[in-house]
Amino acid sequence: MRALIFALTLLVQASWGGAAVAMAADLAPDALVRNVTSEVLTIVRSDRELQAGSHKRAIDLVETKILPHFDFTAMTALAMGREWRSATPEQRRQLTAEFRTLLVRTYSNALTAYKNQSVEFKPFRMQAGETDVVVRSQVVQPGAKPVTIDYNLEKTPEGWKVYDVVVGGVSLVTNYRSTFAQEVRSGGIDGLIRSLQAKNRSLETAMLSSARR
Amino acid sequence: MKWGNDRRFFAAAAILAAALGGCASTGNDPRDPLEGFNRAMFGFNEGLDKVVVRPVAQAYETVAPLPVRTGVSNAFSNVGDLWIAVNNLLQGKPGEAGADLGRLLINSTIGILGLFDVASEMGLEKHEEDFGQTLGRWGTGDGAYLVLPVLGPRTVRDTFGLALDSYLDPVWQLDHVPTRNSLVAGRFVSDRAAFLPVDRVVREAALDKYAYVRDAYLQRRRSLIHDGNPPRERFGAAPAGTGIASGVDPARASTNLLLVEAEPVAGIPVEGQDAPVPR
Repeated sequence: MRALIFALTLLVQASWGGAAVAMAADLAPDALVRNVTSEVLTIVRSDRELQAGSHKRAIDLVETKILPHFDFTAMTALAMGREWRSATPEQRRQLTAEFRTLLVRTYSNALTAYKNQSVEFKPFRMQAGETDVVVRSQVVQPGAKPVTIDYNLEKTPEGWKVYDVVVGGVSLVTNYRSTFAQEVRSGGIDGLIRSLQAKNRSLETAMLSSARR
Repeated sequence: MKWGNDRRFFAAAAILAAALGGCASTGNDPRDPLEGFNRAMFGFNEGLDKVVVRPVAQAYETVAPLPVRTGVSNAFSNVGDLWIAVNNLLQGKPGEAGADLGRLLINSTIGILGLFDVASEMGLEKHEEDFGQTLGRWGTGDGAYLVLPVLGPRTVRDTFGLALDSYLDPVWQLDHVPTRNSLVAGRFVSDRAAFLPVDRVVREAALDKYAYVRDAYLQRRRSLIHDGNPPRERFGAAPAGTGIASGVDPARASTNLLLVEAEPVAGIPVEGQDAPVPR
Protein backbone atom coordinates (compact mmCIF):
# COMPACT_ATOMS: atom_id res chain seq x y z
CA MET A 1 0.00 0.00 0.00
CA ARG A 2 2.74 2.44 0.95
CA ALA A 3 4.55 1.53 -2.22
CA LEU A 4 1.43 2.23 -4.24
CA ILE A 5 0.94 5.65 -2.65
CA PHE A 6 4.59 6.41 -3.22
CA ALA A 7 4.30 5.39 -6.85
CA LEU A 8 1.16 7.46 -7.29
CA THR A 9 2.86 10.47 -5.72
CA LEU A 10 5.76 10.08 -8.09
CA LEU A 11 3.40 9.80 -11.00
CA VAL A 12 1.52 12.95 -9.99
CA GLN A 13 4.76 14.82 -9.47
CA ALA A 14 6.09 13.63 -12.78
CA SER A 15 2.96 14.77 -14.61
CA TRP A 16 3.08 18.14 -12.87
CA GLY A 17 6.69 18.49 -13.79
CA GLY A 18 5.84 17.56 -17.35
CA ALA A 19 3.02 20.08 -17.41
CA ALA A 20 5.33 22.80 -16.14
CA VAL A 21 7.84 22.07 -18.89
CA ALA A 22 5.10 22.03 -21.50
CA MET A 23 3.82 25.36 -20.18
CA ALA A 24 7.22 27.04 -20.52
CA ALA A 25 7.41 25.73 -24.07
CA ASP A 26 3.87 26.92 -24.85
CA LEU A 27 4.23 30.32 -23.24
CA ALA A 28 3.52 33.09 -25.75
CA PRO A 29 6.67 35.04 -26.66
CA ASP A 30 5.50 38.32 -25.12
CA ALA A 31 4.48 36.59 -21.89
CA LEU A 32 7.85 34.87 -21.77
CA VAL A 33 9.80 38.13 -22.14
CA ARG A 34 7.58 39.91 -19.61
CA ASN A 35 7.91 37.13 -17.06
CA VAL A 36 11.68 36.91 -17.36
CA THR A 37 12.03 40.71 -17.24
CA SER A 38 9.91 41.12 -14.14
CA GLU A 39 11.63 38.19 -12.42
CA VAL A 40 15.08 39.61 -13.14
CA LEU A 41 14.13 43.14 -12.12
CA THR A 42 12.69 41.87 -8.84
CA ILE A 43 15.99 40.17 -8.09
CA VAL A 44 18.04 43.19 -9.15
CA ARG A 45 15.98 45.51 -6.94
CA SER A 46 16.49 43.35 -3.88
CA ASP A 47 20.06 42.11 -4.39
CA ARG A 48 22.55 44.25 -2.49
CA GLU A 49 25.64 42.62 -3.91
CA LEU A 50 24.40 43.39 -7.38
CA GLN A 51 23.63 46.98 -6.54
CA ALA A 52 27.13 47.28 -5.12
CA GLY A 53 28.39 46.42 -8.59
CA SER A 54 29.29 42.73 -8.29
CA HIS A 55 30.06 41.40 -11.77
CA LYS A 56 29.93 37.83 -10.55
CA ARG A 57 26.40 38.20 -9.20
CA ALA A 58 25.30 39.88 -12.41
CA ILE A 59 26.75 37.09 -14.53
CA ASP A 60 25.19 34.43 -12.28
CA LEU A 61 21.80 36.07 -12.63
CA VAL A 62 22.11 36.33 -16.39
CA GLU A 63 23.30 32.71 -16.68
CA THR A 64 20.48 31.21 -14.63
CA LYS A 65 17.49 33.39 -15.49
CA ILE A 66 18.07 34.90 -18.90
CA LEU A 67 20.34 32.65 -20.94
CA PRO A 68 18.06 29.58 -20.99
CA HIS A 69 15.78 31.66 -23.22
CA PHE A 70 18.50 32.61 -25.71
CA ASP A 71 19.61 30.66 -28.77
CA PHE A 72 23.30 31.49 -29.03
CA THR A 73 23.92 29.32 -32.07
CA ALA A 74 21.31 31.31 -33.95
CA MET A 75 22.79 34.58 -32.64
CA THR A 76 26.28 33.60 -33.77
CA ALA A 77 24.97 32.54 -37.19
CA LEU A 78 23.22 35.89 -37.51
CA ALA A 79 26.36 37.82 -36.55
CA MET A 80 28.45 35.77 -38.98
CA GLY A 81 26.09 36.19 -41.94
CA ARG A 82 27.40 34.34 -44.98
CA GLU A 83 30.66 33.36 -43.23
CA TRP A 84 28.69 30.89 -41.07
CA ARG A 85 28.31 28.57 -44.01
CA SER A 86 32.02 28.08 -44.45
CA ALA A 87 32.59 27.22 -40.78
CA THR A 88 33.04 23.56 -39.76
CA PRO A 89 30.85 22.17 -36.94
CA GLU A 90 33.81 22.44 -34.55
CA GLN A 91 34.47 26.06 -35.58
CA ARG A 92 30.78 26.84 -35.14
CA ARG A 93 30.87 25.37 -31.65
CA GLN A 94 33.91 27.47 -30.71
CA LEU A 95 32.52 30.64 -32.29
CA THR A 96 29.25 30.21 -30.43
CA ALA A 97 31.01 29.61 -27.10
CA GLU A 98 33.28 32.67 -27.47
CA PHE A 99 30.55 34.99 -28.75
CA ARG A 100 28.30 33.88 -25.90
CA THR A 101 31.01 34.68 -23.35
CA LEU A 102 31.61 38.10 -24.91
CA LEU A 103 27.92 39.08 -24.95
CA VAL A 104 27.31 37.83 -21.41
CA ARG A 105 30.37 39.61 -19.95
CA THR A 106 29.59 42.85 -21.70
CA TYR A 107 25.91 43.17 -21.11
CA SER A 108 25.53 41.61 -17.68
CA ASN A 109 27.60 44.53 -16.42
CA ALA A 110 24.79 46.79 -17.58
CA LEU A 111 22.59 45.18 -14.90
CA THR A 112 24.82 46.52 -12.13
CA ALA A 113 24.18 50.04 -13.45
CA TYR A 114 20.44 49.53 -12.95
CA LYS A 115 18.99 52.24 -10.71
CA ASN A 116 15.51 53.67 -11.07
CA GLN A 117 14.58 52.40 -14.48
CA SER A 118 11.32 50.68 -15.21
CA VAL A 119 10.36 48.61 -18.24
CA GLU A 120 7.20 49.08 -20.28
CA PHE A 121 5.99 46.72 -22.98
CA LYS A 122 4.33 47.85 -26.17
CA PRO A 123 1.19 46.11 -27.43
CA PHE A 124 2.04 42.77 -28.98
CA ARG A 125 0.26 41.28 -31.96
CA MET A 126 0.99 37.93 -33.49
CA GLN A 127 -0.58 36.09 -36.40
CA ALA A 128 -1.60 32.48 -35.82
CA GLY A 129 1.19 30.14 -36.82
CA GLU A 130 3.92 32.77 -36.77
CA THR A 131 7.33 31.41 -35.78
CA ASP A 132 9.42 34.61 -35.84
CA VAL A 133 8.25 37.62 -33.82
CA VAL A 134 9.39 40.88 -32.20
CA VAL A 135 8.46 41.80 -28.62
CA ARG A 136 8.92 45.55 -28.11
CA SER A 137 9.68 47.24 -24.82
CA GLN A 138 11.23 50.43 -23.56
CA VAL A 139 13.27 51.31 -20.53
CA VAL A 140 12.02 54.47 -18.87
CA GLN A 141 14.35 56.36 -16.57
CA PRO A 142 14.02 59.67 -14.79
CA GLY A 143 15.76 62.52 -16.57
CA ALA A 144 16.56 60.66 -19.77
CA LYS A 145 14.92 59.70 -23.00
CA PRO A 146 13.32 56.24 -22.98
CA VAL A 147 15.46 53.57 -24.63
CA THR A 148 13.67 51.01 -26.78
CA ILE A 149 14.60 47.35 -26.46
CA ASP A 150 13.18 44.94 -29.04
CA TYR A 151 13.54 41.19 -28.63
CA ASN A 152 13.45 38.98 -31.72
CA LEU A 153 12.26 35.48 -30.94
CA GLU A 154 11.95 32.31 -32.94
CA LYS A 155 9.79 29.33 -32.13
CA THR A 156 11.82 26.19 -31.52
CA PRO A 157 10.84 22.73 -30.25
CA GLU A 158 12.02 23.90 -26.80
CA GLY A 159 9.77 26.96 -26.84
CA TRP A 160 10.41 30.54 -27.94
CA LYS A 161 14.06 31.57 -28.00
CA VAL A 162 15.54 35.05 -28.31
CA TYR A 163 17.99 35.34 -31.22
CA ASP A 164 18.48 39.11 -31.35
CA VAL A 165 18.21 42.08 -29.00
CA VAL A 166 17.88 45.52 -30.57
CA VAL A 167 18.64 48.47 -28.27
CA GLY A 168 17.68 51.92 -29.53
CA GLY A 169 17.58 50.59 -33.08
CA VAL A 170 21.00 48.91 -32.81
CA SER A 171 21.17 45.12 -32.96
CA LEU A 172 23.65 43.82 -30.42
CA VAL A 173 24.19 40.86 -32.76
CA THR A 174 24.33 42.18 -36.32
CA ASN A 175 26.42 45.12 -35.16
CA TYR A 176 29.30 42.63 -35.14
CA ARG A 177 28.78 41.48 -38.71
CA SER A 178 31.21 43.75 -40.53
CA THR A 179 33.90 43.28 -37.85
CA PHE A 180 33.51 39.50 -38.05
CA ALA A 181 33.65 39.60 -41.85
CA GLN A 182 36.80 41.72 -41.68
CA GLU A 183 38.44 39.31 -39.22
CA VAL A 184 37.56 36.35 -41.43
CA ARG A 185 38.96 38.11 -44.50
CA SER A 186 42.26 38.78 -42.80
CA GLY A 187 42.74 35.65 -40.67
CA GLY A 188 40.11 33.11 -41.69
CA ILE A 189 37.51 31.67 -39.32
CA ASP A 190 40.24 30.54 -36.94
CA GLY A 191 41.59 34.08 -36.89
CA LEU A 192 38.17 35.33 -35.78
CA ILE A 193 38.02 32.67 -33.07
CA ARG A 194 41.46 33.75 -31.82
CA SER A 195 40.40 37.42 -31.77
CA LEU A 196 37.29 36.59 -29.75
CA GLN A 197 39.34 34.50 -27.33
CA ALA A 198 41.86 37.32 -26.88
CA LYS A 199 39.06 39.83 -26.28
CA ASN A 200 37.42 37.56 -23.69
CA ARG A 201 40.73 37.02 -21.92
CA SER A 202 41.36 40.75 -21.68
CA LEU A 203 37.86 41.32 -20.28
CA GLU A 204 38.42 38.60 -17.71
CA THR A 205 41.71 40.12 -16.62
CA ALA A 206 40.09 43.54 -16.29
CA MET A 207 37.20 42.03 -14.30
CA LEU A 208 39.52 40.20 -11.90
CA SER A 209 41.68 43.26 -11.28
CA SER A 210 38.64 45.46 -10.64
CA ALA A 211 37.27 42.83 -8.23
CA ARG A 212 40.54 42.87 -6.27
CA ARG A 213 40.49 46.62 -5.97
CA MET B 1 25.32 84.85 -36.31
CA LYS B 2 25.47 83.94 -39.99
CA TRP B 3 29.22 84.43 -39.89
CA GLY B 4 29.74 81.57 -37.44
CA ASN B 5 27.44 79.31 -39.40
CA ASP B 6 29.10 80.09 -42.70
CA ARG B 7 32.45 79.35 -41.20
CA ARG B 8 31.21 76.02 -39.93
CA PHE B 9 29.72 75.22 -43.26
CA PHE B 10 32.95 76.03 -45.09
CA ALA B 11 34.90 73.91 -42.65
CA ALA B 12 32.55 71.00 -43.28
CA ALA B 13 32.76 71.51 -47.04
CA ALA B 14 36.58 71.68 -46.92
CA ILE B 15 36.75 68.46 -44.94
CA LEU B 16 34.34 66.81 -47.31
CA ALA B 17 36.42 67.89 -50.30
CA ALA B 18 39.64 66.69 -48.67
CA ALA B 19 38.03 63.40 -47.79
CA LEU B 20 36.55 62.84 -51.22
CA GLY B 21 39.65 63.96 -53.06
CA GLY B 22 42.74 62.81 -51.29
CA CYS B 23 42.26 59.73 -49.22
CA ALA B 24 42.92 56.24 -50.33
CA SER B 25 40.28 53.78 -49.28
CA THR B 26 41.51 50.99 -47.05
CA GLY B 27 38.49 48.95 -46.00
CA ASN B 28 36.22 46.63 -47.90
CA ASP B 29 32.95 48.03 -46.64
CA PRO B 30 30.96 49.60 -49.46
CA ARG B 31 29.26 51.92 -46.97
CA ASP B 32 32.61 53.32 -45.86
CA PRO B 33 34.76 54.20 -48.90
CA LEU B 34 36.64 56.84 -46.89
CA GLU B 35 37.69 54.48 -44.13
CA GLY B 36 41.30 55.67 -44.06
CA PHE B 37 40.32 59.28 -43.49
CA ASN B 38 37.53 58.30 -41.13
CA ARG B 39 39.76 56.17 -38.93
CA ALA B 40 42.25 59.01 -38.62
CA MET B 41 39.48 61.45 -37.68
CA PHE B 42 37.98 58.91 -35.28
CA GLY B 43 41.37 58.63 -33.57
CA PHE B 44 41.58 62.41 -33.32
CA ASN B 45 38.09 62.62 -31.80
CA GLU B 46 38.89 59.83 -29.35
CA GLY B 47 41.99 61.74 -28.22
CA LEU B 48 40.02 64.96 -27.84
CA ASP B 49 37.33 63.11 -25.91
CA LYS B 50 39.82 61.51 -23.58
CA VAL B 51 41.72 64.70 -22.83
CA VAL B 52 38.99 67.35 -22.84
CA VAL B 53 35.39 66.37 -23.52
CA ARG B 54 34.94 63.35 -21.24
CA PRO B 55 36.71 64.93 -18.25
CA VAL B 56 34.50 68.02 -18.60
CA ALA B 57 31.36 65.87 -18.91
CA GLN B 58 32.42 63.83 -15.87
CA ALA B 59 33.08 67.00 -13.88
CA TYR B 60 29.65 68.28 -14.89
CA GLU B 61 28.11 65.01 -13.73
CA THR B 62 29.91 65.26 -10.39
CA VAL B 63 29.13 68.91 -9.77
CA ALA B 64 25.55 69.15 -10.98
CA PRO B 65 22.98 66.94 -9.25
CA LEU B 66 20.60 64.88 -11.40
CA PRO B 67 17.63 67.29 -11.20
CA VAL B 68 19.85 70.13 -12.45
CA ARG B 69 21.24 68.04 -15.31
CA THR B 70 17.73 66.95 -16.22
CA GLY B 71 16.56 70.57 -16.23
CA VAL B 72 19.43 71.62 -18.47
CA SER B 73 18.88 68.79 -20.94
CA ASN B 74 15.11 69.44 -20.89
CA ALA B 75 15.63 73.12 -21.69
CA PHE B 76 17.84 72.35 -24.71
CA SER B 77 15.45 69.62 -25.78
CA ASN B 78 12.55 72.08 -25.57
CA VAL B 79 14.31 74.56 -27.84
CA GLY B 80 14.71 71.74 -30.38
CA ASP B 81 11.03 70.82 -30.50
CA LEU B 82 10.08 73.53 -33.00
CA TRP B 83 12.52 72.26 -35.65
CA ILE B 84 11.43 68.70 -34.85
CA ALA B 85 7.83 69.76 -35.54
CA VAL B 86 8.88 71.26 -38.89
CA ASN B 87 10.69 68.05 -39.82
CA ASN B 88 7.70 65.92 -38.87
CA LEU B 89 5.58 68.14 -41.09
CA LEU B 90 8.08 67.80 -43.95
CA GLN B 91 7.91 64.04 -43.49
CA GLY B 92 4.13 64.06 -43.84
CA LYS B 93 3.33 63.49 -40.16
CA PRO B 94 1.11 66.45 -39.21
CA GLY B 95 -0.21 64.65 -36.12
CA GLU B 96 3.27 64.27 -34.68
CA ALA B 97 4.15 67.83 -35.69
CA GLY B 98 1.10 69.00 -33.74
CA ALA B 99 2.22 67.00 -30.73
CA ASP B 100 5.69 68.62 -30.96
CA LEU B 101 4.14 72.10 -31.01
CA GLY B 102 1.93 71.11 -28.07
CA ARG B 103 5.06 70.01 -26.21
CA LEU B 104 6.78 73.32 -26.96
CA LEU B 105 3.76 75.29 -25.74
CA ILE B 106 3.24 73.26 -22.56
CA ASN B 107 6.89 72.94 -21.59
CA SER B 108 7.68 76.61 -22.28
CA THR B 109 4.86 77.74 -19.99
CA ILE B 110 3.83 75.19 -17.37
CA GLY B 111 7.28 73.61 -17.65
CA ILE B 112 8.93 76.96 -16.82
CA LEU B 113 10.97 77.74 -19.94
CA GLY B 114 11.39 74.06 -20.69
CA LEU B 115 13.17 73.13 -17.45
CA PHE B 116 10.50 70.52 -16.73
CA ASP B 117 9.25 68.11 -19.35
CA VAL B 118 5.62 68.27 -18.26
CA ALA B 119 4.40 67.30 -21.72
CA SER B 120 5.96 63.83 -21.50
CA GLU B 121 4.17 63.25 -18.20
CA MET B 122 0.97 64.24 -19.97
CA GLY B 123 1.59 61.64 -22.64
CA LEU B 124 3.02 63.84 -25.39
CA GLU B 125 6.02 61.75 -26.31
CA LYS B 126 9.31 63.38 -27.32
CA HIS B 127 10.24 62.71 -30.94
CA GLU B 128 13.70 62.61 -32.39
CA GLU B 129 13.85 64.20 -35.82
CA ASP B 130 16.37 66.21 -37.83
CA PHE B 131 16.82 67.23 -41.43
CA GLY B 132 19.07 64.26 -42.21
CA GLN B 133 16.16 61.98 -41.32
CA THR B 134 13.79 64.06 -43.43
CA LEU B 135 16.12 63.67 -46.41
CA GLY B 136 16.26 59.93 -45.72
CA ARG B 137 12.50 59.79 -45.56
CA TRP B 138 12.33 61.58 -48.90
CA GLY B 139 14.45 58.83 -50.40
CA THR B 140 17.97 60.25 -50.21
CA GLY B 141 20.50 57.47 -49.65
CA ASP B 142 23.02 57.53 -46.80
CA GLY B 143 25.98 58.39 -48.96
CA ALA B 144 29.42 57.57 -47.63
CA TYR B 145 29.97 57.25 -43.92
CA LEU B 146 31.88 60.24 -42.62
CA VAL B 147 33.53 61.01 -39.29
CA LEU B 148 33.46 64.77 -38.70
CA PRO B 149 36.00 66.45 -36.44
CA VAL B 150 34.62 66.96 -32.89
CA LEU B 151 31.05 66.14 -33.97
CA GLY B 152 31.74 62.48 -34.78
CA PRO B 153 29.85 59.99 -36.95
CA ARG B 154 27.63 61.17 -39.79
CA THR B 155 26.99 60.21 -43.37
CA VAL B 156 27.25 62.57 -46.33
CA ARG B 157 23.47 62.93 -46.24
CA ASP B 158 23.43 63.59 -42.50
CA THR B 159 26.23 66.15 -42.88
CA PHE B 160 24.02 68.14 -45.24
CA GLY B 161 21.16 67.67 -42.79
CA LEU B 162 23.37 68.91 -39.98
CA ALA B 163 24.35 72.01 -41.95
CA LEU B 164 20.69 73.05 -42.19
CA ASP B 165 19.93 71.94 -38.61
CA SER B 166 22.73 74.19 -37.32
CA TYR B 167 21.84 77.08 -39.63
CA LEU B 168 18.30 77.19 -38.24
CA ASP B 169 19.24 76.26 -34.68
CA PRO B 170 17.79 78.88 -32.28
CA VAL B 171 20.87 78.64 -30.08
CA TRP B 172 23.18 79.51 -32.98
CA GLN B 173 20.89 82.45 -33.84
CA LEU B 174 21.61 84.31 -30.61
CA ASP B 175 23.19 87.69 -31.27
CA HIS B 176 25.12 87.91 -28.02
CA VAL B 177 28.16 85.87 -28.98
CA PRO B 178 29.51 84.94 -25.51
CA THR B 179 26.04 83.71 -24.48
CA ARG B 180 25.69 81.80 -27.72
CA ASN B 181 29.09 80.15 -27.38
CA SER B 182 28.48 79.21 -23.74
CA LEU B 183 25.14 77.67 -24.63
CA VAL B 184 26.56 75.71 -27.57
CA ALA B 185 29.39 74.39 -25.37
CA GLY B 186 26.97 73.68 -22.52
CA ARG B 187 24.70 71.69 -24.78
CA PHE B 188 27.65 69.72 -26.10
CA VAL B 189 28.74 68.81 -22.57
CA SER B 190 25.20 67.96 -21.50
CA ASP B 191 24.78 65.65 -24.50
CA ARG B 192 28.14 64.02 -23.86
CA ALA B 193 27.34 63.45 -20.18
CA ALA B 194 24.20 61.55 -21.18
CA PHE B 195 26.41 59.09 -23.07
CA LEU B 196 28.89 58.44 -20.24
CA PRO B 197 27.24 55.15 -19.16
CA VAL B 198 27.54 53.81 -22.72
CA ASP B 199 31.34 54.30 -22.86
CA ARG B 200 32.12 51.19 -20.90
CA VAL B 201 29.74 48.92 -22.81
CA VAL B 202 31.21 50.00 -26.15
CA ARG B 203 34.77 49.63 -24.87
CA GLU B 204 34.07 46.13 -23.60
CA ALA B 205 31.86 44.91 -26.43
CA ALA B 206 33.88 46.06 -29.42
CA LEU B 207 36.60 44.02 -31.12
CA ASP B 208 37.25 47.08 -33.28
CA LYS B 209 35.79 50.20 -31.69
CA TYR B 210 35.83 52.19 -34.92
CA ALA B 211 33.75 49.59 -36.78
CA TYR B 212 31.47 49.02 -33.79
CA VAL B 213 30.64 52.73 -33.51
CA ARG B 214 30.22 53.09 -37.27
CA ASP B 215 27.85 50.13 -37.56
CA ALA B 216 25.86 51.24 -34.52
CA TYR B 217 25.51 54.75 -35.98
CA LEU B 218 24.30 53.44 -39.34
CA GLN B 219 21.83 51.02 -37.72
CA ARG B 220 20.54 53.71 -35.38
CA ARG B 221 19.98 56.19 -38.21
CA ARG B 222 18.17 53.56 -40.24
CA SER B 223 15.92 52.88 -37.27
CA LEU B 224 15.29 56.60 -36.66
CA ILE B 225 14.40 57.27 -40.30
CA HIS B 226 11.73 54.58 -39.97
CA ASP B 227 10.65 55.85 -36.54
CA GLY B 228 11.79 52.70 -34.76
CA ASN B 229 10.18 50.29 -37.23
CA PRO B 230 12.72 49.64 -39.97
CA PRO B 231 11.73 46.90 -42.42
CA ARG B 232 12.78 43.64 -40.82
CA GLU B 233 15.58 41.53 -42.09
CA ARG B 234 14.30 38.00 -42.04
CA PHE B 235 17.14 35.60 -41.59
CA GLY B 236 15.43 32.88 -39.74
CA ALA B 237 17.50 31.90 -36.78
CA ALA B 238 19.42 28.74 -37.34
CA PRO B 239 18.60 25.65 -35.31
CA ALA B 240 21.66 24.24 -33.56
CA GLY B 241 24.49 23.48 -35.91
CA THR B 242 22.56 23.52 -39.15
CA GLY B 243 23.48 26.87 -40.58
CA ILE B 244 20.99 29.46 -41.72
CA ALA B 245 17.62 27.80 -41.77
CA SER B 246 15.35 30.05 -43.75
CA GLY B 247 15.42 30.42 -47.50
CA VAL B 248 16.80 33.95 -47.31
CA ASP B 249 20.36 34.13 -48.56
CA PRO B 250 22.30 35.84 -45.78
CA ALA B 251 24.54 37.49 -48.32
CA ARG B 252 21.55 39.11 -49.96
CA ALA B 253 19.97 39.98 -46.65
CA SER B 254 23.11 41.77 -45.55
CA THR B 255 23.09 43.80 -48.73
CA ASN B 256 19.47 44.66 -48.07
CA LEU B 257 20.64 46.31 -44.89
CA LEU B 258 22.40 48.84 -47.11
CA LEU B 259 19.45 49.61 -49.31
CA VAL B 260 17.69 51.92 -46.92
CA GLU B 261 16.65 54.29 -49.66
CA ALA B 262 14.89 51.62 -51.66
CA GLU B 263 12.10 51.00 -49.22
CA PRO B 264 8.66 52.55 -49.56
CA VAL B 265 7.69 54.93 -46.82
CA ALA B 266 3.97 54.43 -47.02
CA GLY B 267 4.13 50.87 -45.73
CA ILE B 268 5.60 51.73 -42.35
CA PRO B 269 3.34 50.36 -39.66
CA VAL B 270 2.19 52.83 -37.06
CA GLU B 271 2.94 51.73 -33.55
CA GLY B 272 0.03 51.88 -31.13
CA GLN B 273 -0.02 53.74 -27.85
CA ASP B 274 2.45 52.48 -25.35
CA ALA B 275 0.77 50.55 -22.64
CA PRO B 276 2.43 50.61 -19.24
CA VAL B 277 2.57 47.16 -17.78
CA PRO B 278 1.96 46.20 -14.16
CA ARG B 279 5.29 45.26 -12.72
